[in-house]
Amino acid sequence: MIHSLFLINHSGDIFLEKHWKSVISRSVCDYFFEAREKAVDPENVPPVLQTPHHYLISIYRGKLFFLSVIQTEVAPLFVIEFLHRVADTIQDYFGECSEGIIKDNIVTVYELLEEMLDNGFPLATESNVLKEMIRPPTILRSVVNTLTGSSNVGDTLPTGQLSNVPWRRAGVKYTNNEAYFDVIEEIDAILDKSGTTVFAEIQGVIEACVRLTGMPDLTLSFMNPRLLDDVSFHPCVRFKRWESERVLSFIPPDGNFTLMNYHVSSQNLVAIPVYVKQSISFFETGPCGRLDITIGPKQTMGKTVENMMVTIHMPKAVLNANLTATQGTYTYDLTTKVLVWDIGKLNPQKLPNLRGSLSTQLAISGNPRYIMTLKLSQLMLVDCLKVSRLDMYGEKYKPFKGVKYLTKAGKFQVRT
Amino acid sequence: MLDSNKDSLKLEAMKRIVAMIARGKNASDLFPAVVKNVACKNIEVKKLVYVYLVRYAEEQQDLALLSISTFQRGLKDPNQLIRASALRVLSSIRVTIIVPIMMLAIKEAASDMSPYVRKTAAHAIPKLYSLDPEQKDQLIEVIEKLLADKTTLVAGSVVMAFEEVCPERIDLIHKNYRKLCNLLIDVEEWGQVVIINMLTRYARTQFLNPNINEGSGGDKTFYGSDEDEDEDEEEKEKNPYVMDPDHRLLLRNTKPLLQSRNAAVVMAVAQLYFHLAPKAEVGVIAKALVRLLRSHSEVQYVVLQNVATMTIKRRGMFEPYLKSFYIRSTDPTQIKVLKLEVLTNLANETNISTILREFQTYIKSMDKDFVAATIQAIGRCATNIGEVRDTCLNGLVQLLSNRDELVVAESVVVIKKLLQMQPEKHSDIIKHMAKLTDNIQVPMARASILWLIGEYCEHVPKIAPDVLRKMAKSFTNEEDIVKLQIINLAAKLYLTNSKQTKLLTQYVLNLAKYDQNYDIRDRARFIRQLIVPTEKSGALSKYAKKLFLALKPAPVLESPFKDRDHFQLGSLSHLLNAKAGGYQELPDWPEAAPDPSVRNVEVKDSVRAVGTVTFRDTGGLWDLQGPQKVEGKSDSASGSESGSGSEESGSGSESVESEEGSESEEEEEDEEEKNKKKKKKELKKPVQETLTILHLVLCLQTIAPSSALKNYELLHRITGEGLSVEYCFSRQPFSPDANMVAVQMQFTNNATSDTKNLHMEDVKLQSGMRVKEFPEIGDINVAVIKNKRSRSCSKFFVSIQPPVGELMRPIFLTENEFKKEQGQLMGMNEITEKLTLDAKCRNEHAIVQRVTTAANLSRVPCGSDKECRFAGRTVTSSSLVLVTVATKEEGAAQLTVNCEKMLIGTMLVKDILLALTQ
Repeated sequence: MIHSLFLINHSGDIFLEKHWKSVISRSVCDYFFEAREKAVDPENVPPVLQTPHHYLISIYRGKLFFLSVIQTEVAPLFVIEFLHRVADTIQDYFGECSEGIIKDNIVTVYELLEEMLDNGFPLATESNVLKEMIRPPTILRSVVNTLTGSSNVGDTLPTGQLSNVPWRRAGVKYTNNEAYFDVIEEIDAILDKSGTTVFAEIQGVIEACVRLTGMPDLTLSFMNPRLLDDVSFHPCVRFKRWESERVLSFIPPDGNFTLMNYHVSSQNLVAIPVYVKQSISFFETGPCGRLDITIGPKQTMGKTVENMMVTIHMPKAVLNANLTATQGTYTYDLTTKVLVWDIGKLNPQKLPNLRGSLSTQLAISGNPRYIMTLKLSQLMLVDCLKVSRLDMYGEKYKPFKGVKYLTKAGKFQVRT
Repeated sequence: MLDSNKDSLKLEAMKRIVAMIARGKNASDLFPAVVKNVACKNIEVKKLVYVYLVRYAEEQQDLALLSISTFQRGLKDPNQLIRASALRVLSSIRVTIIVPIMMLAIKEAASDMSPYVRKTAAHAIPKLYSLDPEQKDQLIEVIEKLLADKTTLVAGSVVMAFEEVCPERIDLIHKNYRKLCNLLIDVEEWGQVVIINMLTRYARTQFLNPNINEGSGGDKTFYGSDEDEDEDEEEKEKNPYVMDPDHRLLLRNTKPLLQSRNAAVVMAVAQLYFHLAPKAEVGVIAKALVRLLRSHSEVQYVVLQNVATMTIKRRGMFEPYLKSFYIRSTDPTQIKVLKLEVLTNLANETNISTILREFQTYIKSMDKDFVAATIQAIGRCATNIGEVRDTCLNGLVQLLSNRDELVVAESVVVIKKLLQMQPEKHSDIIKHMAKLTDNIQVPMARASILWLIGEYCEHVPKIAPDVLRKMAKSFTNEEDIVKLQIINLAAKLYLTNSKQTKLLTQYVLNLAKYDQNYDIRDRARFIRQLIVPTEKSGALSKYAKKLFLALKPAPVLESPFKDRDHFQLGSLSHLLNAKAGGYQELPDWPEAAPDPSVRNVEVKDSVRAVGTVTFRDTGGLWDLQGPQKVEGKSDSASGSESGSGSEESGSGSESVESEEGSESEEEEEDEEEKNKKKKKKELKKPVQETLTILHLVLCLQTIAPSSALKNYELLHRITGEGLSVEYCFSRQPFSPDANMVAVQMQFTNNATSDTKNLHMEDVKLQSGMRVKEFPEIGDINVAVIKNKRSRSCSKFFVSIQPPVGELMRPIFLTENEFKKEQGQLMGMNEITEKLTLDAKCRNEHAIVQRVTTAANLSRVPCGSDKECRFAGRTVTSSSLVLVTVATKEEGAAQLTVNCEKMLIGTMLVKDILLALTQ
């Protein structure tokens, strides 16, 4: 299983290492650096590398590489999934997963890694369990600790480890009991040059924030569960109930978690809420080109499109952009060759337009890539999943419940 | 600071040291100072000391030994967390001297009360094994013991230990197979991955190939080698394939895990289905795998690799999801290339036009490597699908005028391969390419063009010599690979058109003779000997033309994923396409299924497990239990009953079903879980002679300790249309769960026809019968026994009502203990009745006999002959039950029952009274 873990920052320094079996010299990372050199983008580093004695499996998260060393056969996804879990846990504990934060809390991170793996095999990965064993740092707690000398480390076995609901810690208490669910649907789409849809689908996720006292047993039911084509659940969801009744029945973990991911069946055509008219051309003769983009709303059913943003990856040869936008602002980053046009709210009466000229080097190859991000608040699509009710059993108080719907662009891109 | 008395200072110091370790700095000098603190009270300091110890103990073995005693003490701590962490650290210290201590600690922990400690023990096994492989045999024993553990917490860890220590001991799994299948869904996600992978291997050795009867239908066979196919077909009519119920169980229990949030679990299930499921069912995994494509790019990378392998064998599975593999410009290059691979594999006559349109847009991408891969993909589509070959070729030729040299070069290489398939038609393309030699600089492309011209010089007789002339001029500046092709071209031209090219060839060969590369010199020498006729020239030169201008088979463009499926999908070895250390080969299907009975050696075990699952998916399950092998045979006392039936039939055939049931109660809270099943066994009746009664292994009529078993009738043979059922309480400990009572059922067929498919349906447990907090009492099973006979099936409603006396088990107490316990159960807990003994049972022996028949108790030795004492415990709650029968003159007697549970006491008094007075 997992032998060692190295955390490597963007510039190639190893700033944390942890070994679960005997120590492996960090020189093993040289193979990785070699591959890193070869791949121009950090994203292009192959996740699995073979070296004479070890195998290196790495992930790239938050500008950091998590590099694990293994020696024997193991399912690569097992390792990758675990490394992501480590990154998630760090993020959960400290709010973000970055080099600075990890360096500041290096001891806590080290202790966490110690708890998460035993001899290279995952031991406790549920953040609720971990938080009982190693409490996350807060300002209040550090003050209390210095005054009273109490520690950050729990001395009893977290109940979650033993019960069959390992994801929930025992003895949770809140004065305000509340449960919020965000139904977020993302439109993944590829539009071709003329604006017709090549591929579109809707992926949804239900993010929950549950702060309830005791051991509540929740049941969430939907108005239109028929829409759901493919789902994946947090382990707390009882699969049998879902199969038979199409309701989500679960004892929630405490705090924020992803309850379910789903895919809306693609029989129904996905209505793309905006349209894009774009033209970009580079002149053969001179060192310049022209760009013209117009964006307009389409089938939004009265809802407004907000936080509209267009990102254009220009070819390397584009030196500068001299454009005018009728709405919003644009920036062009010379080093990364990325043009960002922040439009904001889409006004159906006055369509935003960006046009102007690009100055280029002579040789132009390749076409720019468009990536659009947009956000629609409130439910707007016809095939949006709707929650009908939430019931709670097992506890007596009345919780405050809330559902929010949001539709936004996922991997939304326009081809040129 | 470490020597300070203050914990806070120590903590600060330890934190700094651990930070040093984390950064990879050497902190081993501090070892003695740190080890001193191993017994520190402060738990946080302690933890950090442990961290330090584990890291450096290997380097400082002698000093590390100082700390061992602390852990040994820790192993006895009442707090399970401390026990577990002591074991964890102890086993993580890689010091060979302590191997015996570790072994002992593991053995002890393996039978610990706390499942968490047992889990830690399972984790410790591979650690010890890597430290000292000689302990293997002992460790296997521990693994075997832990495998029998029924908690989900332990299951994942122990299977992991099994995989590391003794993956070849597949026989250890047999008994636990069904249990593992049933526990699977509740095991934590990492354990699931390991278990599923192991079960895949297991199933491959134990079950038959479900696709064995397919494959001749034009579709590629997935499993099995081609030679087997003919045999298979012959066998087909004879043996229609019947899936082993255990095989089915595995497939059904893993399916819900496709919905897991953990990509590794999904992948594990996917590979299990791919390797084990019948073709028709494999489709379900496609959707889940496509879902994973939304995940992190590393996950996508691995999933796509596996999908690529799957698409080669099972194209249809992913065809509906074609669009999900469309490439986004934001994907990393490696993902793009893999997606291309999948798209190419998916291409067929119907969707090729859409795919080609996609490819066209890809070619415009900025990413050069990706464009090159796209061109190759087009080439592969063209070779695989004849209809579009011309379209593809035209498209590629257009690319030749692309501004980007790399694109052109790649196209040339692909065109060369395509042209080889039908050169006659495309001499104009060859001409076009010949012109390109002036511009293209990429060596591979130049070499390809030269080869083409040489190969098909007859189609372009005018241009070829001209090209050679140009090349001869630039020969010295070319790359090696191009030089070799120039020599080839020269040789070929010399043979076909020696008039024009003789001198040129000589010139080229001379140049090559003095080349720096020895390959080129060799080639030149070899070719000169072959083609230029000299006095000494050997026999070979006659055949020179044949040698050089032989028709060459067109290359087959194959996917690099072609043969990868001999590795277990999802494994590291599969990803690397090379065997990784410790990889366990996926065995081929067995020719004949090994004996399935190995999995039911412990019938009680396995059936109990099945029972638990039925709560989840209700019914159906019983049908899945295949014919069970009968291992025990005995002529039983009850044979006479069935005898009458078979005499009537005269056919001499009869089937006797023997069944073992168990019934139990659990905690008050959980009503549903409250009762466990009886189980059914179905026996074929291979028996010709009458009066043979087959018994299942565990039903052997060994009689409970002290008394004869009382048989109760469950179904009379008249109401049961020939089938009669009797049951008794076997009074044997029910090993899978001590909190259950075993019920033994005996089925006798008195009818003329066979009784088949005997099974239970709709087991209803009436909780209403239970009185308040006395769960032991009225558990009533209403079972329906379905008796399917020829085409009619009959259902009988029956119920089993356990007498209270059966809900306990005997315990042995000494007289003193008995008196002491009795002293504590006075007052409310004591019930006394006066009675007159039946005339027949006035002696001690008779009393003992009657009491033990009425209740499952054991006798307590007693000094006085006027008193008989019995003791037992209730099965569920383990509350003590003490019975005293004190005899007086003339049959008068006093019965005293002491029991914590009053209701049990009262009911028991009634039962014993009845037994003694009748």
